[in-house]
Amino acid sequence: MKVAILQFPGSNCDWDAEHAVQDVLNVPAKRVWHKSGLPAETEAVIVPGGFSFGDYLRCGAIARFSPIMLGLKEFVEKGGQVLGICNGFQILCEAGLLPGALVRNDCMEFRCLNQSLRVENSNDRFNQSKFGSAISLPIAHGEGNYRADETVLAELEANAQVLLRYEGNPNGSINDIAGIRNQAGNVYGMMPHPERAVEPHHPCQDGLPVLDAFLEPIRKNNPIELSAS
Amino acid sequence: MKVTVFVSPKTTVLDPQGAAVEQAMKSLGHETVESVRVGKTVTFEMSGEDSPEVRSKLDELCDGLLSNPVIEDYRFEIEEG
Repeated sequence: MKVAILQFPGSNCDWDAEHAVQDVLNVPAKRVWHKSGLPAETEAVIVPGGFSFGDYLRCGAIARFSPIMLGLKEFVEKGGQVLGICNGFQILCEAGLLPGALVRNDCMEFRCLNQSLRVENSNDRFNQSKFGSAISLPIAHGEGNYRADETVLAELEANAQVLLRYEGNPNGSINDIAGIRNQAGNVYGMMPHPERAVEPHHPCQDGLPVLDAFLEPIRKNNPIELSAS
Repeated sequence: MKVTVFVSPKTTVLDPQGAAVEQAMKSLGHETVESVRVGKTVTFEMSGEDSPEVRSKLDELCDGLLSNPVIEDYRFEIEEG
């Protein structure tokens, strides 16, 4: 097994993520219950979307304390690569593995649409040469309004940690931020759902290059080298 | 003792819920209302007595689980008895 897909009570994009990774991109994947440990053979982790623990208290606030998160933190410290999608992004922020937080959409509505996104030149894997400068991916969230204080925001921009920005901001997110990475370059978080854009019958297939870029190092059996910026 | 934790969005963080409620208040004719913020309260019973140790445990609880220091502030009240 290469890709571990974490399952919390209320996760609902876990099967979609497994299908996209395993059936469409042919990389072995397995769903792992939040009370288990992270399997030793894990090479990459996806924290999928959904409503973990009913979004009670705050999105991701309770999932952050699930037993598997200890293993996930160790995995990240060792340079393991992690992608958080939607609620997964919220969980990674709550856990302090990514900076900032996601609050209620400024429009106060749940936004569900195929969203145009601008691709930033972030690092070797997530950049315009892989995806082109513009893609669209489905979004479906009520709390996708990214917030960080001025210092954190300045660091994100200075280190080119923004992966994706909204074209036509759907939720009030600061600097139109739709996805970010950590400074080391092994933890990624995004509100859009690449796993919902991989099949001919999906609204688009722009999720394929996004997931492919994330999986590239383990496909080559060559885990990413961490860089300081 | 009874503990009440008050969690509110930081003044520097946009509060869309507060803005929507403020709009509703104004549309009901309460034009003088301003700066509405919507937070939450968490109440619970706890054994023991008010002490610096208990307060430090409560800070730990509030900072880790009950509020997110990136976007929220908190305060708590302890009622003995």
